[in-house]
Amino acid sequence: MLLLDNQTAETGLRARAHVKAASVPKISAVQTIPSQTIPSMDHLDELEAQSIYILREAFARLKKLALLWSLGKDSNVMIWLARKAFFGRVPFPALHVDTGKKFPEMYAFRDRFGKEWDLDLRVEPCPPIDSVDPTLPPAARSAARKTEGLKLALVKHGFDGLIAGIRRDEEATRAKERVFSPRGLEGEWDVRDQPPEFWDHFNASPPQGAHLRIHPILHWTEADIWAYTKRENIPIIPLYLAKDGKRYRSLGDADITFPVASTASNIDEILTELDRTKVPERAGRALDHETEDAFERLRVAGYL
Amino acid sequence: MNMILPTASISATPNGTTRPQVRIVIVGHVDHGKSTLVGRLLHETGSLPDGKLEMLKAVSARRGMPFEWSFLLDALQTERDQGITIDTTQIRFRTRSRDVVLIDAPGHAEFLRNMITGASQADGAVLIIDALEGVRDQTRRHGYLLHLLGVKQVAVVVNKMDRVDFSATRFKEISDEISAHLIGLGVTPSAVVPISARDGDGVAERTPRIGWYTGPTVVDALDALEPARPLASLPLRLPVQAIYKFDDRRIVAGRIESGSLKTGDEIVIMPAGKIARIKTVESWPVTPLGGPQTAGRSVGITLDRELFIERGDVISHVGQSPRDTRRIRARIFWLHDKPLATGEQILVRLGARESRATVVAIEKAIDPGALSNDENKAIARNHVGEIDISLAQPIATDPYTDNPRTGRLVIEVGGRIAGGGLVLSVDAGQRAIPVDIVPVESALRPDERSARYHHNGAVIWLTGLPGSGKSTLARALERRLFGNGGSPILLDGDTLRAGLNGDLGFSPQDRSENIRRLAEVATHLARNGHIAIVAAVSPSAVDRAAARRIADSAFREIYVATPAEVCESRDPKGHYAKARAGALQGFTGIGNDYQPPTASELTIDASTLSVADAADEIERMLARTGILFNEVVDLAANI
Repeated sequence: MLLLDNQTAETGLRARAHVKAASVPKISAVQTIPSQTIPSMDHLDELEAQSIYILREAFARLKKLALLWSLGKDSNVMIWLARKAFFGRVPFPALHVDTGKKFPEMYAFRDRFGKEWDLDLRVEPCPPIDSVDPTLPPAARSAARKTEGLKLALVKHGFDGLIAGIRRDEEATRAKERVFSPRGLEGEWDVRDQPPEFWDHFNASPPQGAHLRIHPILHWTEADIWAYTKRENIPIIPLYLAKDGKRYRSLGDADITFPVASTASNIDEILTELDRTKVPERAGRALDHETEDAFERLRVAGYL
Repeated sequence: MNMILPTASISATPNGTTRPQVRIVIVGHVDHGKSTLVGRLLHETGSLPDGKLEMLKAVSARRGMPFEWSFLLDALQTERDQGITIDTTQIRFRTRSRDVVLIDAPGHAEFLRNMITGASQADGAVLIIDALEGVRDQTRRHGYLLHLLGVKQVAVVVNKMDRVDFSATRFKEISDEISAHLIGLGVTPSAVVPISARDGDGVAERTPRIGWYTGPTVVDALDALEPARPLASLPLRLPVQAIYKFDDRRIVAGRIESGSLKTGDEIVIMPAGKIARIKTVESWPVTPLGGPQTAGRSVGITLDRELFIERGDVISHVGQSPRDTRRIRARIFWLHDKPLATGEQILVRLGARESRATVVAIEKAIDPGALSNDENKAIARNHVGEIDISLAQPIATDPYTDNPRTGRLVIEVGGRIAGGGLVLSVDAGQRAIPVDIVPVESALRPDERSARYHHNGAVIWLTGLPGSGKSTLARALERRLFGNGGSPILLDGDTLRAGLNGDLGFSPQDRSENIRRLAEVATHLARNGHIAIVAAVSPSAVDRAAARRIADSAFREIYVATPAEVCESRDPKGHYAKARAGALQGFTGIGNDYQPPTASELTIDASTLSVADAADEIERMLARTGILFNEVVDLAANI
């Protein structure tokens, strides 16, 4: 099993809560700031600072949070940001709503890094497909199992806030999301009546029995995720890298997720590829493309 | 959402080059072509993903419509079916010199909250106007809101020039009108561009049809909008988001809104004014950090001494601290269905602090979309106004002219954001304390008293119609608390009118002054650990709000809601009979001048509850809200 975490995993740095600066070899320029110069923030610094701010607001204002860990590149970045926000420790459970149909590489990744990152990992199963709205097209219906699994997990644990790693640039209905997005009692998203949200003040009072979705990386792009993953040496699942002329840009259930043509075998090559491509990120996710409104229907019903 | 900081964004583009990133919102009246312009911009700059154009054609054809650019952004089925944008969205494209995040905002008045959500994230704005329809109410309203939201760079485009035969005269009319309007708001438009978004004229190119126009295209105008700068040069403001004690470190976490900090800095924590030094700047995976941390960073610091510090405090450098105040004047926009009126109880969020508050006064309430500015007494939905706010607890803030990040607030009603605005000034309307008045503090600390009485100080305010049973309840409660070793003191409205308030009559002004004096005396007693029980009709909601403001967190309002018929039939002082006979002017009870509380801590109907049961209820409320306690006071907790 190949697990890419670049060079530094062996040093055990990431497994520790925190280490003194003096004892740490230079990892990259950004982590050792020479004193007496004012470091200007670059784009990734800004994204990171904003995400940390959002995560801290969520932790301050909600009672029972969980972070949805889908094992993909985005939620891995989110876990990394949470560890930064809370100084090494993720102070809420990482919830994997498991369809049971992920790629083997994804499960291997979960089992290894759940431990290495000292996560409070909760794996919750999804109900069989018969329990899902039969009017949905096939792939969407398959994906909707995750919504049902999520609802069961919510009831079981009583979470009032779920931190999810969706991004605006992924998909058009996600582009309309709030950072703190209220959900109804059945987990549904009322797109016609989203509350106002401005100046980094968030609506954080879900009604009794309902929950909030918190989206700390809503403002990131696919390229931002990769550039940050590279800068921070965050481990990734090797399926994202090209093998035999194909790679996965987005990971989901093995039976409804398809690779795209690519020769990008490392993150730099991915970034170069993204700069040129006009193929959307979720092109390989069958559930998005079955009908005009399939994905919207999924999301309104509580899908991520 | 308020994404990223207003910072000189340099985006790490995939190919490794760096380009500035700028966020631009497209605003304007409904149907003037915002979404169409965005679609056209993406097309002209080659930013559309593969297959998108075909998808749009198919989606348009399915609805029997000509090709609709707006379907690109109107992602929701209902938006496409109705042909209107409901919620704001964002989409990215690149020009020659920069990465642009385009924010599309709905133009329909119904969805103004969504326009604000989008526009609040922008560095600059494009205000779009239909050449045929000209400046409309939402054009004016959006223009005004841009100014309130702090978006100072505005480019205007006059769209649908094809509908006016590309008339230079019509263009100039609109250009003059909107320029005058914006300049009146303190915003000078950076450009006014004639375009046809549907056909592409003026978007990326000056076509022959607008040959008379020599100014910038829309793309040129976008290239001229600058990312907002960070506030590194202003004094340090670090609002405290939380204190973390995950290990042996006690880390104060927050985001630097302005200025910078570093290890060793002497800081002051507002509003309490406590002084400390920064011991370390903590981080992960590497810690501690050397060197300064500047505006925009989310940081964690430890201090050189153990101080009581909490979420909502603001850290600044000594000598450059924000003001601490309970009184703010703000210019706000209002989004709630119910108009904001004087006397209203609201929740104010300023930085990480939240505080209950009362609207003390409203001035200049207008509809920014209307041509004539008729002033109103309340601020209606989608209108703006200036308000004086009295806060239940002190808050650290700056006027927005001093610091745009810490000089703005949002207002919440029922757990949902209902408005927001700029802090114009602090301490508005508050009397200055003459220098020769030196208040002398009591020799006893509050916790010494509460340890003896088993309660904290409080003002219990019984309000209700004459004859509702306030005095009876007050006396029963006094006896009960005293019997438990407490220190209750009865302040009866009528009794005090015989002495302290003997100079006051029953005019509205005198009634207000009567209540103010009662509240001041009661608050003084509460601060010294006693429970002041006030029994007073106090019919005016505004006067009671003033009393709550004076007593602050010690205030517990009890509405004695005995039905009016019962009160009149009881008539213990014979007042109703006299008033009915016309012998008692200004008597509350017969008219409709009693304004019942809407948010009292407790409501009691004395016609259905025995006096003992009512006293029980009051005791339970006092225990629940932290006034009464049985356990021994933890003295250390109060230090």
